[in-house]
Amino acid sequence: MVWFKRKSPGLRIQKRKEMPDGLWVKCEGCGEIIYKKQLAENSYVCTRCDFHFKISSRDYISLLLDADSFQETDATMEAVDFLNFKDTKKYPERLKSAIQQTGLKDAIRIGHGKIEQKPVVFGVMDFSFIGGSMGSVVGEKVARAVDYAREKKLPLIIVSATGGARMMESIISLMQMAKTASRLARFSDEGGFYISILTNPTTAGVVASYAMLGDIHIAEPGALIGFAGPRVIKQTIGQDLPEGFQRSQFQLEHGFVDMIVNRKQMKSTLNRLISMFTD
Amino acid sequence: MGEIVLDFERPIVELEKKITEMKAYAVEENVELADEIKRLETRLYRLMQDTYSKLNRWQRVQLARHPNRPYTLDYVERIFTDFIEIHGDRQFADDPALVAGLARLNGEPVVVLGQQKGRTTKEKLYRNFGMMNPEGYRKALRVMKLAAKFKKPVVILIDTPGAYPGIGAEERGQGEAIARNLFEMSHLPVPIIIVIIGEGASGGALGIGVGDRILMMENAWYSVISPEACAAILWRDSTKGVLAAEALKLTAGDLIELGVIDEVIQEPVGGAQRAYDEAARKVKEHIVKNLDSIRDIPPAVLIENRINKYGKMGFFKE
Repeated sequence: MVWFKRKSPGLRIQKRKEMPDGLWVKCEGCGEIIYKKQLAENSYVCTRCDFHFKISSRDYISLLLDADSFQETDATMEAVDFLNFKDTKKYPERLKSAIQQTGLKDAIRIGHGKIEQKPVVFGVMDFSFIGGSMGSVVGEKVARAVDYAREKKLPLIIVSATGGARMMESIISLMQMAKTASRLARFSDEGGFYISILTNPTTAGVVASYAMLGDIHIAEPGALIGFAGPRVIKQTIGQDLPEGFQRSQFQLEHGFVDMIVNRKQMKSTLNRLISMFTD
Repeated sequence: MGEIVLDFERPIVELEKKITEMKAYAVEENVELADEIKRLETRLYRLMQDTYSKLNRWQRVQLARHPNRPYTLDYVERIFTDFIEIHGDRQFADDPALVAGLARLNGEPVVVLGQQKGRTTKEKLYRNFGMMNPEGYRKALRVMKLAAKFKKPVVILIDTPGAYPGIGAEERGQGEAIARNLFEMSHLPVPIIIVIIGEGASGGALGIGVGDRILMMENAWYSVISPEACAAILWRDSTKGVLAAEALKLTAGDLIELGVIDEVIQEPVGGAQRAYDEAARKVKEHIVKNLDSIRDIPPAVLIENRINKYGKMGFFKE
């Protein structure tokens, strides 16, 4: 005999998609059904509630930089499995499927481009590549972007979208935090200007390194930004987390981001900031 | 200190007990057992050598967490003299999970920092199990800036299960506090010696762990994530810590091969918890030797070397 019977089905796990296929998409924020083409024209921001859809590094490049101005550098850099890391899957297999699915080599692209004719060094992470995780490749590319901006005396912009350090590279992933921070320190000491853009999500090892070391921090609306993951905190303290915890507004109120900027105004904001600091 | 025995230590502890009993019996009954005792002692020595040289990674994690393992203040009182503790980040609070102060190392004034764990329940809570809050990282930074101002070397002992994951910690910017320390420590114009004495968990450890020489005790661990947390994410089962520890390659032996640390500090056979004085003497030797090797490097070169040190860490193909 069954004593307790589930009246309604249990938790339904929905696979979140970056951008569902088909002509129409449903907004994760308000449930509005939006015509995909219209969404693209609106910078992948919901036309009704301003929910910011997760977008790819390619989308950020076309949204924030002048058309065809982006020159990617270090595009062939790839991760290697130096630890023979294996969990439920082997690391090389994870890498292979991520490369196949995304067409990217790793979770960041760097290069130089222009914002309203002004040259900048630009790095953009891609959450779709193993959760935007930072291993050797991300660390090295960020470091090189910083060095490039330093040599050319250009403003540096990095768009973060990441769950943190990549476990499959263990301690070496952790060391990328020190690597990127130390390069930024030298860049800053020499007067370099760095804008960090924090998108949904930007957490853990990246928040505790280059994402929080900008001269200016810009968050996209509604982005999850924090060091410890909400689930870990919830487990540790054994109580529910307040509404809006670790979201952009929370970070603004606590003084860790300078402004929250809608994706549609992001490029013009960058342009104004760069002019202020470089004119 | 109460007797705490790890699984793999049980045969050793039983043999030790037998020897003690036999010695007592020999005295009490006035019988000649010297040969027998000697035989058992040889056996014990071999058993210990054998057990501790073959520890797997998870067993080393257990040793690093041994409740009797010496903590930061146990080392501070044995390595330094005239320790003067100082408190607070001058912004929000004092964080007891981090001890900081001025002390003398063979007579020379230095700045000392380290995460502190508690031994009794009350102490554990007071020290927050060695898990720092943002004010702890900011306190560390404040003290390191003091060192820079007065041109004193910095010695840092690391022993933490992680940065504290709490609501208040997030409100006060745990991520920013750690990031700031990495940034500031990488261009601090004085020598920094880091010693991982127990647990080195992730950003919580690295947040006070950027330096010129990174030393690590034989039975310490240092990783991007604790084995249990890693297991919970990748295996979806936090009891798979054994597997995660192997996969993460988190021991001193692993890290020296990977070029992350500079030296491994040998521990007394059986682990530092068996001989505090001996362990502390070894740690001191390594600190002094390494400090001597970088003391006279001009600050600008020291900083450049430090940035390059971390610059070399990473494996990729192009």
